[in-house]
Amino acid sequence: MEASQFKSDQYVRFCPGCGDHAICMALQKAMAQIGIPTHQVAVISGIGCSSRMPHYLNTYGFNTIHGRGGAIATGVKTSHPELTVWQMSGDGDCLAIGGNHFIHEIRRNVDLNICLFNNRIYGLTKGQYSPTSPKGFVSKSSPFGTVERPFVPAELVLGARGTFFARTLDVDVPTTVDCLVAAQQHKGASVVECLVNCVIFNNGTHSWIADRELREEHSIILRHGEKMIFGKNKDKGIALEINTPSLGGRAGEGLFRLIVVPADDERVLVHDAHQQDPTLHRLLALMGQERNLNLSPSMGETEGALPIALGVIRDVEAETYNDAVNNQIAEVRGKAKAKTFDELTATLEQWTM
Amino acid sequence: MKNVVVRFCGDSGDGMQLTGNMFAQLAAEMGHEISTLPDFPAEIRAPQGTLGGVSAFQVELGQEVYTSGDKADVVVAMNAAALKVCTLGSHFNHPQAHFDEEFSLFHRHAILIVDTDSLTDKDLEKAQYNTPNPFEELGIPESVQIVPVALTTLTKEALKDSGMDNKSVLKCRNMFALGLIYWLFDEPMEKAIHLLEEKFKKKPALVAPNTKVMVDGYNYGQNLALNVQQVHLEPSEGSDLRQNSADGSKLNAESSFTSIAGNKATAWGLIAAAEKAGKRLFLGSYPITPATDILHELAARKDMNVMAIQAEDEIAGVCTAIGAAFAGDLACTSTSGPGLSLKSEAIGLAVMAELPLVVIDVQRGGPSTGLPTKTEQTDLLQALYGRNGECPAVVIAASSSANCFDYAYEACKIALENMTPVILMTDTYLANGTALWRIPKLAELPEIHPQGVPEELKGHYNPALRDARGVRYWAYPGMEGFEHRNIGLERDAEKGTISTNPENHEQMVLARKHKIEQIANSIPNLQIIKPSNSQTFEPSNLQTSGTLLVGWGSTEGHLHAAANELGCDLAHFNYICPLPKNTREILSQYKRIVVCELNTGQFAAYLRAQFPDIKFEQYNEIQGQPFAVERIVNFVKNN
Repeated sequence: MEASQFKSDQYVRFCPGCGDHAICMALQKAMAQIGIPTHQVAVISGIGCSSRMPHYLNTYGFNTIHGRGGAIATGVKTSHPELTVWQMSGDGDCLAIGGNHFIHEIRRNVDLNICLFNNRIYGLTKGQYSPTSPKGFVSKSSPFGTVERPFVPAELVLGARGTFFARTLDVDVPTTVDCLVAAQQHKGASVVECLVNCVIFNNGTHSWIADRELREEHSIILRHGEKMIFGKNKDKGIALEINTPSLGGRAGEGLFRLIVVPADDERVLVHDAHQQDPTLHRLLALMGQERNLNLSPSMGETEGALPIALGVIRDVEAETYNDAVNNQIAEVRGKAKAKTFDELTATLEQWTM
Repeated sequence: MKNVVVRFCGDSGDGMQLTGNMFAQLAAEMGHEISTLPDFPAEIRAPQGTLGGVSAFQVELGQEVYTSGDKADVVVAMNAAALKVCTLGSHFNHPQAHFDEEFSLFHRHAILIVDTDSLTDKDLEKAQYNTPNPFEELGIPESVQIVPVALTTLTKEALKDSGMDNKSVLKCRNMFALGLIYWLFDEPMEKAIHLLEEKFKKKPALVAPNTKVMVDGYNYGQNLALNVQQVHLEPSEGSDLRQNSADGSKLNAESSFTSIAGNKATAWGLIAAAEKAGKRLFLGSYPITPATDILHELAARKDMNVMAIQAEDEIAGVCTAIGAAFAGDLACTSTSGPGLSLKSEAIGLAVMAELPLVVIDVQRGGPSTGLPTKTEQTDLLQALYGRNGECPAVVIAASSSANCFDYAYEACKIALENMTPVILMTDTYLANGTALWRIPKLAELPEIHPQGVPEELKGHYNPALRDARGVRYWAYPGMEGFEHRNIGLERDAEKGTISTNPENHEQMVLARKHKIEQIANSIPNLQIIKPSNSQTFEPSNLQTSGTLLVGWGSTEGHLHAAANELGCDLAHFNYICPLPKNTREILSQYKRIVVCELNTGQFAAYLRAQFPDIKFEQYNEIQGQPFAVERIVNFVKNN
C-alpha cells in the first residue's frame, strides 16, 4: 500500500516546525508498509497536540478525552481483536492524567501500538511542565523551576512488566518507521517513545541528541542481533561491567553498569531485544538519562558518556490480554450446555403458579 | 392471613442472608408473592456479638405484596445484639431507649423467637446491655409473644454424633431456626430439603448436617407444640401478580416463575437485549457496593458470549465500554453514585460522540462514600445534569427487583436505536432484594433494531449524518468505505469534522437535545395506578380522592401500598428523561400532587422545572431505608 492512502483530507494543524509532522509522516509510511487496509485500523487518542493525530490518518479514528485513550483503546482491541489498534498520546495525556490506564494496558499486555509523544511540555494548554520535564524546568506553571522528579517513560513501561519498548527521534524518520513497524509486528502492548520537539514552548528540548552533528555521538540505534556500536566514526561500543563492591568494586555505583569501550573491544555487547530478563533492557533504556534529565545537558563531548538508546530496546513474547479474554470466553462457551437466553433461563429453579 | 413479614437477624457470621433467602425462595415456590430486604452492615465482619455486626434479612410474603414490609410479624433473633437492634430500630444506640411503636422493627403483636443460649452475661455485655434481663431492659411489651429457644444447645444436640468440630456445629444454628420457621408456616419439608441440597450443591459435605439440624428444628416446633399458633397463608391468586414489564406483556397460564434479585435481573436484561439485538454484550466495570453483583453475574456468563472486563478504575470501566461501543458492541458499565461521578466526563464523551452506552447506577446513600450498603434515591439530579456542557442523556428507572430485567432490556433498546447513553437507575433496595419473576421467552420481548447505516453512504459517510428522527448513523471499524474520525470536540453538523463555528455549535446542541426528546415518541404513556379494589372504602379517604401520589424508581411498592390505604391514585415514573408524553395531561387532572422520594426532593424539583404552573407537594425520607408505608399515609392524611 502507499502512504498516501493513509492520509486523510484534513489540513494538518501542527505548528510549523513541530516534531509531530515527522511522526505523522512516519505513521503513514509505516501503516502503508504494514499493509493492513484502512477500515481494519482504529487510531484512538486522548487530548493534546499529539492526540490530534487520528484526524490526519484515513483510518477509523477516535479523538476522545484527556488521558482516557488507553482505556478506550483497550475496549476496542479486547472487544474486537481482529482490528489493528493504535493509541496516540503525549507525556501529559499518558503519564499524568492517563497514568493509571497506561500502566494497566501495559501490565495486561493489550495488543496495542502506543505512540508516546514526549516533548516534555504541555503544548495545547500553552506551556506548563509535564511529568517528564527535567527538575528545575521553568514554565508558566513553574515560574521558579519545578521541584518534581521526572519520569523516565521506559522505567514505567518496564516497571509495569512491559513486553515492548522502543525509542525514536522525530527527526529520524527511517528509525521511526522501523520502530512503528516493529511495534505493529509485536503482539502485545508496544510502546514507542517518540522524542519530539515543541518548537513553540520547549524548543530544543532534545537537541543534545537531535542535532545532526551531535546525534551520532550522543545516541545509539539498537538493532536486535547487532553489536552495540556508535559514534561518528563507529569507533565506540557498549559493554557491561559487573561491579562487585565486596570484591573491591566501587561502592554505591550499582551492581551492573554499562560503559563505553572501543568498538573493537571483545566485550562489546550484541543487542538481544528478545531476552525475557529486563535487567539489561533497563540499563540500556536508562543510558544517557541522567544527562537527558539535566536542565542543560552539556552539548559537547563528555569523556566516556553513554549515548541515549534509540530503536527497539525490548521486544519479548507474552500472552496478550485480548487473546486471553477471548480464548476464555470461547473455551467456556465451547463447553457450555446453555448458550442462549432461553436455554439459560431453563436452568433456573422454577415453578408454575 | 394474607400477608406476613418475617425478619431474620443475627450476627454477620450467623448466615442470616442465606437463611432468609432460603425461606423466601421456598415461600415463592409455594405460590406466595415475595419481596425481600437484606439489611447488613458495610463491614464484612464486625466484632462478633456487637451491635455494629447485626445482619438482617426481611421478607414479606403473601398476596399483593408491594414491599418487604414496614414491620415484622415474626422475628428470629440469633443473639443479644440482634434482639436489641430489632427492638429499638434506629434508636439502638440510645442508652435509655425502649420498645417504641415508631422505631421498633416489629409489631406489638409479633412473634419473637430468641436464642436463649446467646443471652449470657458476656453476650449482654458485648451488646451493651446494662442489666441481666434484656427483655425487661428493652421494654418489650407483653403483647409480643416471646418464644425462647435454646438454639445453640439444640443444634449441638442434633449434631452430637456427627463428629464435627464445635465451630462447624455452631455454624448450623441458623438451620435450626429455619426449620422452626418452616414449622411455623407449615411448609413442606420435602421441598425444603430439596432446596437445601440445591443451595449446598457445591459443598456436599454440609448437606447432611444442615438437613439434620433443619429437620430437628422443624420437629422441635411440631413435637414440643410450642405455645404458638401456626401461620396459614392463603396462596396467591396468579392474576394478582403484578408484572410491571416494560412492554406491558401479560401473564399467561403457562408462565414459569422464579425468585430473582435486582442485580441479577439487571444483568439478565442486558444478556437478553444483546441476543435480541444481535450484538455482543460488553461490560466494563469496577467493583463498587451495591452494584458489584452485576459484574459478578456477567463475568460468569461467558457461556452467553458476554465480555465482562474488571477495569483498573471506574473511569476505565466506562471508557472500555465506550471503546467497545465505538467498535460496534452493545456496551454497558455498572456502578453506584461515587462511580457515576467519576464516569461523568466519559458519559459526556458518549453523548458528544453519539454512541450507544448503557450506564447502570445502583444508588446508595451519599454523598461521598456515604452509606454504601443502604438505599437512597439521591443520584437523580446527578444522572440528569451531572456533566459539563449541555449534555442530555436518557434516564430511566426500574421499580421492582423483577422489573430491573425489563428496564435493563429497555435501556439497551433505547441506546442502540437512538445512539445515546442511557442511565438506568436502580438502588440497594432493588439490587439486593428479591422478588418473584415471571421468566420471559426471548421471542416475546420487544424487537430491538440497532441503528445502522444505509449502504449508499459507503464512501460518503461521516459521523454527523442523521436519519429523519435526528439519530446519527452508526458505522464502526471493520466496515469498508465508512472510515471516519469520531470526536469529543464539537463537530460540524454537515461534515462531521472539528468545528468551532458559533452557529454550528448551537445547532449541534439543539440537535443532541432534540434526539433525546424524540425518544418520547417511542416510550409508553404513563399509566395511572388506581387503588386496589380489595381495599374497603373508608369515609376518611374521601378527602384524599383528588390526590395523586407521584414517585419514581424503587418506591413503587411502598407508594402503591400507601395509595391503596389512602384510596388515592399513584403516578409512578419509570421514564424520567424524556418524560412520557402524557405527563402534563395526567398531572393536571389532580388538585393535590404529593411527590414522594428517598431524597430531599430531586424529582419534585425536576417536575417543577418541566411544569412550572403545576403545584407539587413533597414527602421525603433520607434515612438509608425504604419508605415506611404508614408514615407516607400519615403525612398525606395529616397535611
